Amino acid sequence: MMALIARDLALSVRAGGGFGLALAFFLIVVTLTPFAVGPESATLSTIAAGILWLGALLACLLSLDRILALDYEDGALELLATAPIPLEGVAAAKALAHWITTGLPLTLAAPAFGVLLNLPAPGYVWLTLSLAIGTPALSVIGTFGAALTVGLKRGGLLLSLIVLPLYVPTLIFGAEVARRGAEGQGLAGLSTPFALLGGITLATIALLPFASAAAIRINLR
Amino acid sequence: MSLWEYANPRKFMALSGAVLPFAAAGTAIALVVGLAWGFFFTPEDYRQGSTVKIIYIHVPSAMVAINCWLMMLVASLVWLIRRHHVSALAAKAAAPIGATMTVIALATGAIWGQPMWGTWWAWDPRLTSFLVLFLFYLGYMALWAAVDNPDTAAELTSVLCIVGSVFAVLSRYALVFWNQGLHQGASLSLDKEENVADVFYWPLLIAIAGFVGLFVTLLLVRTRTEVRARRLQALMARERMG
Amino acid sequence: MMPDLGKYATEVLSAYGVTLLLILALVLLTLRQSARTRRALRQVEAAHQAKANGLTAKTKPRNKETPQDG
Repeated sequence: MMALIARDLALSVRAGGGFGLALAFFLIVVTLTPFAVGPESATLSTIAAGILWLGALLACLLSLDRILALDYEDGALELLATAPIPLEGVAAAKALAHWITTGLPLTLAAPAFGVLLNLPAPGYVWLTLSLAIGTPALSVIGTFGAALTVGLKRGGLLLSLIVLPLYVPTLIFGAEVARRGAEGQGLAGLSTPFALLGGITLATIALLPFASAAAIRINLR
Repeated sequence: MSLWEYANPRKFMALSGAVLPFAAAGTAIALVVGLAWGFFFTPEDYRQGSTVKIIYIHVPSAMVAINCWLMMLVASLVWLIRRHHVSALAAKAAAPIGATMTVIALATGAIWGQPMWGTWWAWDPRLTSFLVLFLFYLGYMALWAAVDNPDTAAELTSVLCIVGSVFAVLSRYALVFWNQGLHQGASLSLDKEENVADVFYWPLLIAIAGFVGLFVTLLLVRTRTEVRARRLQALMARERMG
Repeated sequence: MMPDLGKYATEVLSAYGVTLLLILALVLLTLRQSARTRRALRQVEAAHQAKANGLTAKTKPRNKETPQDG
């Protein structure tokens, strides 16, 4: 399983692997936002937390179809399905590799982009924390969507249509934590959404790999 | 003789063909009576004026919209566990009905909200969850349409329906947390205290029966179409093979 | 016959109008699909039958024709 993760990581940093694409997209969203809503720093600082969460979510969406599509095309997925490790483990490993190459860089970049959007000072900690806790859920849910659409020729748009509604709870709680943090509410004010965000992430990590594995099995038949 | 007998396509076709005329007639009667009673013969609400008449389409369509997803969930589970093809086809047939009902509930809600709350749309949890429900319907139908092999499509959409149901419930609670809304509570509940007044009660009940009947009738017709389409596909495939 | 809808006539009428329109569209679409599939199936079945009558030696058990059985 470690070997699988290491292989996925190596593939993604190689040319054309898509590593960095999500970061670039995130930067573009952040750059375009002031063009759309105007350059007033007061406006920007009220919406900064939400825009950063939304940008990270969309950037995450961008690389989802790479999770399984390449392995499906060259037959590696079928080999993995017959390998001694269970397919659920493969799905979890794929999600983890996606998070390391996408979610983690987005989380680390978010504070830097927060400066561009005039994020209020108390927001940085909570934005980073909420992304760190929320993005694993995005990767796991995304792996499920990728597993559903892996056999399709034009799965990209469909994948977004299927995955975006599933992102609703994560986005709500994640952005709520970042927003309340930016408003200056301390841990007392945002512990509820924070706990719920963590709960959603843990539950998706625990349960969704089973659904992803089921979908992969169906698609390989 | 068990209930599962009707999961056999031929038995299903025979039974549904026999039931269909009665279902259609009952639906027509209930819809006409419920809506006509509601539209022509109910008084105005002292606060809401004549807009209260919208309740006879808003509430039933919302109920059908939600319960349609529930029915799809049950049908998906039946398909995954007992592998009855009719079940998978019924889930497929139900989705467009549910999506239409969601649009009706949203549209009538917006039209009603304009004079009552002073806005077409508010990001109220109830409204927003219906919008999210509509997105779920769209994704489900898109997946059915995208997969060529009907068996694979049935399996994948069933998995999506089950996972989607969990996330739909999660979203519902997340939305309540996110924004306490201005939508009123349940119009119909066993707790008589917060119920609608009696004059509105009976026509509403009949209108609900009409909408449920409409759902059942359309579902039967659509499922029969899907069964025929599957048979057509099978015959064509055999023709091609020799 | 028309009840007096007061100042909210537009709202009530448009709500009912939109609903009836959408339901009508759904019903018509359903019926059209149903008719189309039924017609296509009848054609294919007729062709199939004619072929089967041509080669009487080739008999197939009837219940094999619905592959979606139980």
